[in-house]
Amino acid sequence: MAGSRFHQPSVLPGFGLTFGFTTFFLSALVLLPLAALVFMAASMSWGELLRVVTSARAVGSYRLSFGASLLAASINLVFGFVIAWTLVRYRFPGRKLVDALIDMPFALPTAVSGIALTSVFAQNGWIGRYLSLLGIQVAYTWIGVTVALTLIGMPFMVRTLQPAITEVQRDLEDAAETLGAGRFYVFRRIILPTVLPAMLTGFALAFARAVGEYGSVIFIAGNIPRKTEITPLLIVIHLQEFDYRGAAALGSVMLVMSFVVLLTINLIHTWGRRRLVAAAC
Amino acid sequence: MAGDIPLALRDEFATRPGRDTIVTALVRWGLIAACLAFLAALLLAPLAMVFAAAFEHGLAAYWRSFSDPDTRASIRLTLITAAVVVPLNTMFGLAAAWCIAKFEFPGKSFLVTLIDLPLAISPVISGMMFVLLFGLQGWFGAWLQDHDISIIFALPGIILATMLVTFPYVARELIPLMQQLGNDEEEAAITMGAGAWMTFFRVTLPKVRWGLIYGVILCNARAMGEFGAVSVVSGHIRGLTNTMPLTIEILYNEYNFVGAFAVASLLTLLAVVTLVIKSLIERAGYERR
Repeated sequence: MAGSRFHQPSVLPGFGLTFGFTTFFLSALVLLPLAALVFMAASMSWGELLRVVTSARAVGSYRLSFGASLLAASINLVFGFVIAWTLVRYRFPGRKLVDALIDMPFALPTAVSGIALTSVFAQNGWIGRYLSLLGIQVAYTWIGVTVALTLIGMPFMVRTLQPAITEVQRDLEDAAETLGAGRFYVFRRIILPTVLPAMLTGFALAFARAVGEYGSVIFIAGNIPRKTEITPLLIVIHLQEFDYRGAAALGSVMLVMSFVVLLTINLIHTWGRRRLVAAAC
Repeated sequence: MAGDIPLALRDEFATRPGRDTIVTALVRWGLIAACLAFLAALLLAPLAMVFAAAFEHGLAAYWRSFSDPDTRASIRLTLITAAVVVPLNTMFGLAAAWCIAKFEFPGKSFLVTLIDLPLAISPVISGMMFVLLFGLQGWFGAWLQDHDISIIFALPGIILATMLVTFPYVARELIPLMQQLGNDEEEAAITMGAGAWMTFFRVTLPKVRWGLIYGVILCNARAMGEFGAVSVVSGHIRGLTNTMPLTIEILYNEYNFVGAFAVASLLTLLAVVTLVIKSLIERAGYERR
């Protein structure tokens, strides 16, 4: 009886119903649309595909999207660590409130954070006013794009790092300090190795999220072709011109990027787990 | 050992002043200051800006922006969309979690990857996939036009795009929870003669209720606030296919800042309420343990 079944035997009922519903839902909502995208891109000849994907406008948008996302994820690497460290290790008034606020960019609609950030960082805005005195223009430049992407990626970095920092062994730190290790030596040799896999995962998550981000960026970016136009916006422009094939081609480029990032995250997980096992032996 | 330390001192103990206390304190307060400054500039300032700009011309102007018929229509559309999407995604989340957490079968990790996919791809691409399916030049475009059915630039398209972007939230909350809680109670109930639905409603649902509630409110917040995917399929027809986030964009681009931030303030309140419920659930879960 067990051999004839698709799933391993269990006394629990409901496999057929839930498995059927799940696969139907995923096929209709994810697989079928994904197939439409892939086939639309595949219906183009290689020459046409290359022409769309490597046009000066497209390349300019990749440079901004990927460059600003990398920069934003790097900023989050530093500040995400500082925030996670502060929340795990220190007690200060309002800590619980700050901890709850970390999820805000995740719960707040992107259009709202987009217009709010633009108003704050515009030349007459609360913060933009002082930055423009220093000669720094944030809104409608690549700096503004980076600011928006930093905000979007921050929760991913902090929430990935918090459990990792909790796991850093205090007695190792104490032992190192008793033996005369300096502050930076302890950080480099004890704290950093423990949290490194989490840092890389957080970096990849923040980066992946930033590359695809649309709502919070289009308000603060100037949307000037080749200068401050992100790739998702270029896709929208192609769609508005009913150039479905061009949009599908650019979409496939981004899709491949997302898969590469997901694969990288999985590799980091495997590597981190293997390192942990090796350290335990 | 920890039990011997008076409660008031334990927090002090947690920070553990090191050998050179002045440097340690400087580092600690420096890091706390950096953390707060970063969050104030990037998070608190924009949040305060939403309400400052919404109330810039007083309470009356704020209320007046909600009497605009297009704004009202967009609020109604957002509520309708959420009312369709959230129950369907909840059903999917429960079914997927039951199937993945309770059974072993080939292809399971593939299903999990598919569930994670919408979180990894750009919302613009999620919306575009439906345009490629149902748009005029899409796979079913000609057939739909012959039969006078509109999906893109209409309510069904908005619902589909929102569903695709938000369905992972309930499932991702429930799968690890069900796996962690195990099957012992369910197996006991079934062996003692309880029916399948009775087991589900009387045993499983109470076990996972906090995770379920959190997944549902998160799904709801994301569904009401979805911008990129909906923007692609909506067509931006005033009073008909503009959701609240799309209305924010239009009002903002027309320099109607009070109107834009007034609608934004509603969505901001929704986000705040979502986070408050999340904190309450976390506290409830913590006290139970």
